[in-house]
Amino acid sequence: MENKALADIASQVRRDIVRMVSAVNSGHPGGSLGCTDFLTYLYFEQMQHNANDFQMDGKNEDLFFLSNGHISPVWYSVLARAGYFPVPELGTFRKLGSRLQGHPSTDKNLPGIRMASGSLGQGLSVGIGAAQIKKLNQDPTIVYTLHGDGELQEGQIWEAAMYAAANKIDNIIATIDANGRQIDGDVDDVLSLGDLHQKWVAFGWEVLHMDGHNFDSIRSTMQQAKALTGNGKPVVIIMKTEMGQGVDYMVGSHKWHGVAPNAEQLQVALDQLEETLGDY
Amino acid sequence: MEFEVLGNKDTRSGFGEGLAELGQQNPDVVALCADLTGSLKMDAFQKAHPDRFFQTGIAEANMIGLAAGMTIGGKIPFTGTFANFSTGRVYDQIRQSVAYSKKNVKICASHAGLTLGEDGATHQVLEDIGMMRMLPNMTVIVPADFNQTKQATIAIAAHEGPVYLRFGRPVMPIFVKPDAEFVIGKADVLAEGTDVTIIACGHMVWKSIEALKELHAIGISAELINMHTIKPLDEAAILKSVAKTGCVVTAEEHMMNGGLGEAVSQVLSRKHPAPQEYVAVNDTFGESGTPMELMTKYHIDTPDVVAAVKRALARKPIII
Repeated sequence: MENKALADIASQVRRDIVRMVSAVNSGHPGGSLGCTDFLTYLYFEQMQHNANDFQMDGKNEDLFFLSNGHISPVWYSVLARAGYFPVPELGTFRKLGSRLQGHPSTDKNLPGIRMASGSLGQGLSVGIGAAQIKKLNQDPTIVYTLHGDGELQEGQIWEAAMYAAANKIDNIIATIDANGRQIDGDVDDVLSLGDLHQKWVAFGWEVLHMDGHNFDSIRSTMQQAKALTGNGKPVVIIMKTEMGQGVDYMVGSHKWHGVAPNAEQLQVALDQLEETLGDY
Repeated sequence: MEFEVLGNKDTRSGFGEGLAELGQQNPDVVALCADLTGSLKMDAFQKAHPDRFFQTGIAEANMIGLAAGMTIGGKIPFTGTFANFSTGRVYDQIRQSVAYSKKNVKICASHAGLTLGEDGATHQVLEDIGMMRMLPNMTVIVPADFNQTKQATIAIAAHEGPVYLRFGRPVMPIFVKPDAEFVIGKADVLAEGTDVTIIACGHMVWKSIEALKELHAIGISAELINMHTIKPLDEAAILKSVAKTGCVVTAEEHMMNGGLGEAVSQVLSRKHPAPQEYVAVNDTFGESGTPMELMTKYHIDTPDVVAAVKRALARKPIII
């Protein structure tokens, strides 16, 4: 897919995100905007997946698990725009009875979602379990996961990291959204992750880096990551992003981690994001 | 009433045999263990099916997450560790990735309760039934002896959805027939009686059988129900029995808070108020000791069942 086409989808996804959270005056726009380019690329170019016939067991298709479930707005928008469920349903986000729960869940059978997430640190274990069964089933497809950098403070992540390397789970590509921010401030101030690259190396993973707002960087890194699968080591990508990317007054600030724009702020944001595919 | 003792074995060995049998029967069954393969008697499965056995190391949170993920390719994961590490240590993982996500994970928990013995209170979980029965979508099973644990292990593989299976360490008498049918949610009436209903689970079923003999000797006719499934609870069996007897004793190797007794009392208070006495651990941690010493000290032994029956009978309304 041309970068322009990806950028057009991403612009619409960003519009969806700010409209969704503003409508219910809650939700997490910052990380959602920061991961928009990555998830757009993943679903529209990287993964082999079947949006029109969602199967929970995901046999013979690539799987994605969102471990940092609070960025559900970007995932819901990308899933809807990719064809998993009707785009107008985005307007039900966080409302009573909606399939689009505040944090992703399987409870109401929303196509595209295979595991609840929100309580942090669990998605890497889940992805590794699914990947290990793909190997057992001789299913050559790949498991992708996404994690916040703040989420890496959860101990379970490192249990999972150790397990994957020890068991040569080489059909998983985990991506870290390295925006350097979490609710209480900068990750370095809240609880520094130290040398993240060396940590993953020491845990036995192949470590790649990419610019999460440059489709050329995303494409080349994701292709490299895929080429590295099947070589006996799990793969992690440390993806540099900006929280709030695409909306000038949100960029780079942890203040928009979990705060929704009001009507006036929403209009300012929408003025910066072209409507390319039609609003829901 | 006579109960034939068919042998003496630990319930965890029933789990191990059941899992090994499942391994032969069902290629979708996989097993995970957090460094307690020998204690959980999972060696036979591991040896026969090394490709379907996953050693997670001492990392229970990861084990539950792995198991949840393994359901997605259509497998039926059985996790094995001590009851303490199967529940309290991983409650949030079970809550989000198993129960809320409705994943077909079987959480198999050994060394439950005081009868873990000498390791002491750090390992003697007495809150696990409560934690697990509070979770929506979770089925909770506490089989009574070796044979029943084996039967339950096999039965839960055929049940779609999350299950907590609780069993233990000590060698205890076997009284369930090896060919008995195990039906999830359907209680076994082991003895019929008219004066009092004893509802027990796990090791306390045998203690209650022993109590029956003493009660019979003093002219008390007790009905005994083996309530192997705590959730969903067999309300019909409780109500049918208490309609006849008019009072209840519950017996469990668990805290009074949150356990079988509390589950039964919910049924009684809503549908058939009746005096109920509890044989359970009353808001205290355990300690080191032999299993049988601990059951005696913490009042979950045969004489405690007998005493509870007497208290329950004394509270029955006098009908003139």
